[in-house]
Amino acid sequence: MSVANRPVHRPLSPHLQVYKWQLTSVLSILHRATGIALAVGALYLTVWVMFAAATPATYAMFQSFNTSILGRIFLGGWLFCGFYHLCNGIRHLFWDAGYGFELKDAYRSGWTVVAVSLIATAASWIVGLRLV
Amino acid sequence: MNGDLRTPLARARGLGSAKAGVHHWWAQRLTAIALIPLVVWFAISLVMMSGAEYEVVRAWIGSPVVMVLLILTIAVGLHHAQLGIQVVIEDYVHSDGFKLALIVVVRFLAVFVGLAAIVAILNVGFGG
Repeated sequence: MSVANRPVHRPLSPHLQVYKWQLTSVLSILHRATGIALAVGALYLTVWVMFAAATPATYAMFQSFNTSILGRIFLGGWLFCGFYHLCNGIRHLFWDAGYGFELKDAYRSGWTVVAVSLIATAASWIVGLRLV
Repeated sequence: MNGDLRTPLARARGLGSAKAGVHHWWAQRLTAIALIPLVVWFAISLVMMSGAEYEVVRAWIGSPVVMVLLILTIAVGLHHAQLGIQVVIEDYVHSDGFKLALIVVVRFLAVFVGLAAIVAILNVGFGG
C-alpha cells in the first residue's frame, strides 16, 4: 500500500474529556444545547397554536398542562434557553464582525451573557408566576 | 493537457463555490439578526399568554400585527433551527448516508411544522 493510499488516522477534535472545564467552552456547549432545546420548543409553539385553532375543550387540556408544575418547568426552561441563546447569539454576531476576541474580552462578554440571561429569566419567571 | 483546448481558467470555472459557499453561514446570521427582536417580543408574549383563557388567546393570535409577528417568529425561527441542527448533524454524524438522511428529515420536518403552525394561526385569524 502506497503512502498516499494508506488510511489516515488523524486526531479527532474536540476531545471534551481531556479538557479542563472553562467558561468559554461551557458557554459554547450550552449554546448548542439550548439551540437544540429551542428547536424542540418550536414544536411546542406549533402545538400551542394548533390547540388554539381547535375547540375550547381541547385547548383547556393543553392549558391544564401549561399551568401544571411540569408545564411551568417546561415554559420556564424554554425562557432560559431563549434568553441564553439570544444573548450568546449576539456575542457570536460581535465575533463574526471581528470584535471581542481577546481572552479578557471573551471572558467579560461570557460573564455578561450569563448575568443578563439569568436576570431576564428570573424577571420573566416572577412576572409569569404573578400572572397565573 | 490531453488535447483539452480550454484554458486553465475555463476548466476551473463553475467548479468552485460560485460565490454561494457562504450561503449557509450568511442565512444563519441573517435569521439570527431577525430573531433578536422577534424572540424578545415572543418571550414577553409567552409570559403574558401562557395562563390566558381560550378566547383571550384566540383574540390575541387573531389580531393582524400578532399574526404577522407570530408567523415571522415561527418561519424565521424554524429556518434558523434547521440551519443550526444541520451543523450539529454535520459535526457529530460521521456516516455519509445517515448524515444526509438526517439533514433531509430535519429540513422536511421544519417545513411541515412551520406550515402546520402558519395554517393554525391563519385559521384562528380568518376561520369562523
